[in-house]
Amino acid sequence: MAEAQKPPAAEPILSVRDLEVHFAQDEGLVRAVDGASFDLHAGKILGIVGESGCGKSVTARAILQILDHPGRIVGGELWFDRPGHSCLDIARQDPRSATMVAIRGKEIALIFQEPMTSFSAHYTIGNQIGEVITVHDATAGKERARVRTLELLRLVGIPRPERRIDEYPFQLSGGLRQRAMIAMALACDPRILIADEPTTALDVTTQAQILDLLRALQRERGLSVLLITHDMGVIAEMADDVAVMYLGRVVERGPVDQIFHAPKHPYTRALLRSIPSTLAKPRSRLQTIEGSIPHPYNRPQGCPFHPRCSEKIAGRCDREMPRTVMLRAESAVSCFLYTSASISTEGRPAA
Amino acid sequence: MTTTVLEVENLKKHFPIRRGLLRKVVGQVKAVDGVSLSIRKGETLSLVGESGCGKTTVSRCIVRALTPTSGAVRFRVGAGPMVDVAQLTRRGLASFRPHMQMIFQDPFSSLNPRMMIGDIIAEPLLVNGIGDKGSRRARVEELLDLVKLPAAYRNRFPHAFSGGQRQRIGIARALALNPSLVVADEPVSALDVSVQAQIVNLMLELQQRLGLSYLFVAHDLSVVKHMSDRVAVMYVGRIVEEAATEDLFNTPRHPYTDALLSAVPKPDPRSRSKRVILKGEVADPAHPPPGCPFHPRCNYAIERCRTEMPKLQEIVPNHRVSCHRAHELKLAGVA
Repeated sequence: MAEAQKPPAAEPILSVRDLEVHFAQDEGLVRAVDGASFDLHAGKILGIVGESGCGKSVTARAILQILDHPGRIVGGELWFDRPGHSCLDIARQDPRSATMVAIRGKEIALIFQEPMTSFSAHYTIGNQIGEVITVHDATAGKERARVRTLELLRLVGIPRPERRIDEYPFQLSGGLRQRAMIAMALACDPRILIADEPTTALDVTTQAQILDLLRALQRERGLSVLLITHDMGVIAEMADDVAVMYLGRVVERGPVDQIFHAPKHPYTRALLRSIPSTLAKPRSRLQTIEGSIPHPYNRPQGCPFHPRCSEKIAGRCDREMPRTVMLRAESAVSCFLYTSASISTEGRPAA
Repeated sequence: MTTTVLEVENLKKHFPIRRGLLRKVVGQVKAVDGVSLSIRKGETLSLVGESGCGKTTVSRCIVRALTPTSGAVRFRVGAGPMVDVAQLTRRGLASFRPHMQMIFQDPFSSLNPRMMIGDIIAEPLLVNGIGDKGSRRARVEELLDLVKLPAAYRNRFPHAFSGGQRQRIGIARALALNPSLVVADEPVSALDVSVQAQIVNLMLELQQRLGLSYLFVAHDLSVVKHMSDRVAVMYVGRIVEEAATEDLFNTPRHPYTDALLSAVPKPDPRSRSKRVILKGEVADPAHPPPGCPFHPRCNYAIERCRTEMPKLQEIVPNHRVSCHRAHELKLAGVA
């Protein structure tokens, strides 16, 4: 589409607008992502946080056009400010197009939660990382790919890379596998790194090491990181900006300090209150959110959070979907408590 | 002083490593290597540590899902004497089993998908030949009420339930036989935060109402803080520190405990911590390093740590630590 459609704001490198991803299944339609909007700024870490079924991983996969069957992007825009190219709406690209192949892995890379399942068990680490290099750079021969792979393994802090390069994934511990996964993601020097629950399968001390590595990479290489997690602690430790998702919608987004110290949406507030803390009194009860996350086939009418919300407005929240209200330049909330005339509502990017 | 329900003494569980055609034993994985602990009535002891530290193996030895290599697991039923469960035969165990029950981590794989909820919860009663059909049904309803699920769920299958509801069903099943000790292995780690809080609260409530003792096996220190009276930290098959919850979190005395505490991300962007980042990885229990198993990763290691294994000693009352430098170190804790 025309370049004029690019959202103005402070030049985000990735701008997601009203993204909708549906899975049409025999049992019914699952609206996995139901109108999500957020911006990732260059060189920053955007944390996407939410509980299971909130659509955070599907959003990541939509950005790379690698949705599992029968998932389809049915609406919205995914503006990617490609280096050296014009701004591109990924949502309108064919998943198999040359453009997407060039973007995937090279300009936007992805690391997964479970590195064991994302590496092939039958090839060595060096082989698999080398393949990424040769696929995206036709001039790189096997020799150069190997040299580059060694560099990458060293960069992510794998000890004795000369030996590890010829090992199979099962020979590495969870922490080392995740480092190798990160090395593979960095193979083509991507602009954006999407990290989908990168530390969920790891122990706390290993998690601390990997988060430290991600932060160092972001700072030193100017990487933009989309960090997807369910862990508010990880978000607090890492993110510059945060988008909180619930049942396919971004219910609130804003700078990290504001999300934690002046949360607006009742869900964000409830979520923060229910986190167990090492600073709590021993044997103290936790605050809970009533009920459980609805089944995807049983989406509630109106605001998806209203059945569990302690501040719901009867007759309103259960009927209408709240619009996203911009509170400040970078913060937005989707809740009827904040609809007021003094606040301008967010529009779609001007044509 | 309340009565002790469980006393574990010098528990060891070694798994042989076999190689070659004749499956010759070439080494031992010392998964648990001399663990002692005790739990009083109505108390929660948490066993924490990273994967591979042996915490699950300890819990499985206690309920005799595994037979220990050596050591004693003394358990008291009601006001009776302490009996060493580790020495009991299959038949002898049968009368002890109802008194210690387990709650599992994964609420999806721990419930039989082909059984209705009512049958799942009644299964322990059926196996132990307790009651008739009518009384079992009444007990199932009572149990469902106890874990705050509607009695009508009795006739549904597990697939109809969310993770949190399944975990409640698992708890109801564990309580069917009125156990005195419940061993809960990571009961909330597969759950979403908002649901996790409900289960933690439920477990605290049930403990008060029923006077249960919990052995709570977990890796998430913040959940442990909310659940426990005392905490034992394990590293490579041994307990390295054990203390009352408040003491362990505020004044840890073992460098490993301190590192674990500081590695927990705090839910506050203003306190982005100067974390203690441990170097390297957890030692391999098949080839533990000489001396203190933690010394290759320890920031405070001295020569002595490389050669001599420290003993678990009571440094201050009710605070046991296994570290040569426990007296002199000033560690930060969570505060």
